Amino acid sequence: MQDAILAMLAKEPSHGYDLGLRLRRALGPLGGSMNAGQVYVTLARLEKAGLVVHERSEESPARPDRKVYALTDAGHERVAAWLAEVNRPKPDLVEFHLKLAAASASRLADPVELVDAQRRELLRRLAEAQRAVLAEPEGSTGGLLLEGIALRLQADLRWLEACERVWSGAGKESGNE
Amino acid sequence: MNVLQVRDLAKRHGRKDNLVRAVDGVDLDVPAGQMLAVMGPSGCGKSTLLHLMGGLERPTGGQVWLAGERIDTAGERALARLRRRSVGFVFQSFHLVEELTAAENVELPVLLAGGSPRAAKRRARHLLDQVGLAHRARHLPWKLSGGERQRVAVARALANEPLVVLADEPTGNLDTAATNEVLRLFADLRGMGQTLVLVTHDGRVAASADRLISMRDGVFVEDTWLGGRTGQFDGLFAMGD
Repeated sequence: MQDAILAMLAKEPSHGYDLGLRLRRALGPLGGSMNAGQVYVTLARLEKAGLVVHERSEESPARPDRKVYALTDAGHERVAAWLAEVNRPKPDLVEFHLKLAAASASRLADPVELVDAQRRELLRRLAEAQRAVLAEPEGSTGGLLLEGIALRLQADLRWLEACERVWSGAGKESGNE
Repeated sequence: MNVLQVRDLAKRHGRKDNLVRAVDGVDLDVPAGQMLAVMGPSGCGKSTLLHLMGGLERPTGGQVWLAGERIDTAGERALARLRRRSVGFVFQSFHLVEELTAAENVELPVLLAGGSPRAAKRRARHLLDQVGLAHRARHLPWKLSGGERQRVAVARALANEPLVVLADEPTGNLDTAATNEVLRLFADLRGMGQTLVLVTHDGRVAASADRLISMRDGVFVEDTWLGGRTGQFDGLFAMGD
């Protein structure tokens, strides 16, 4: 979120309120899960880190939210670096993988049960994402983000199948269907 | 009312050391209007289960009831009639007749069930319109995209107003956009109260259902209710830094 806000400020200096609106618009149906306070908290952090500065707006001094934020040089550099950077997969696969290994080694939990619990959670999220995908008109950009989320969850589910096969001790691809 | 009821249903192949329990004593009630998905790895018995429920295969044990009528012991002619009139099938590889147009493919089951050519035409026009393919009615299947072909197949499955639509990996041959086309259509059908049973290993298809059964080695290992929630993607997207 820090990077997204910095990138929006690269276009022009803005009020926190406007930034919130723009973020929500970019996120489409997912924007609803963002709370307004997050933008201000993030801006305060960015300011502390020397990436943005603010000044008071002169247009309408009567309103409380009159800080206009702008990027510093360091902020500009960070935006450029962020845009150039390749997104790495999130490390939660690594963590879950290590969790299964640890559960098995310590015998504190059954890895297959951990896989089952994880699957339930993924399916719950996928059901929500899928429902939202279908509620969007075809070809909308908001729908595109949801579709990406659904495809990732689907990939995670397929990986869990592989986890289950290995941790349940035997390959069960007998093909008797 | 339950459209489908299954009691202690079993399908076994082979003997002794080679005995395969494809379906190993399952119970299931599918209420009218439910969209049920059965999910599991290949070889878990889910396709066999679907075939048993649609009268395509006979069980080696247990019972299948379709709208209160027992079908596992029904005679061949009764079973054939039931497959034509009461059950609509959708397959992974569409199974359209390649020599017939989209409209003719949909008309066929009406004609086979004894409907007049006029009634068949009217029904096909209505159904192709419903699946959004009225403008493709005169096309042969090879001129249609995968998603369109599967939508024609769904229209055909609905031709005789079946009690239940049984779909076996309906998106197995489709890319993600076409998968959405078909899932959108299923969602519409569910909205109209059509009972649907899908077997799949595609998480997206499974997640579109009201209810999800997980199957392993011929038995149900989990039965989860997915439908009816209103929660917005609270857990989906962590907005933290």
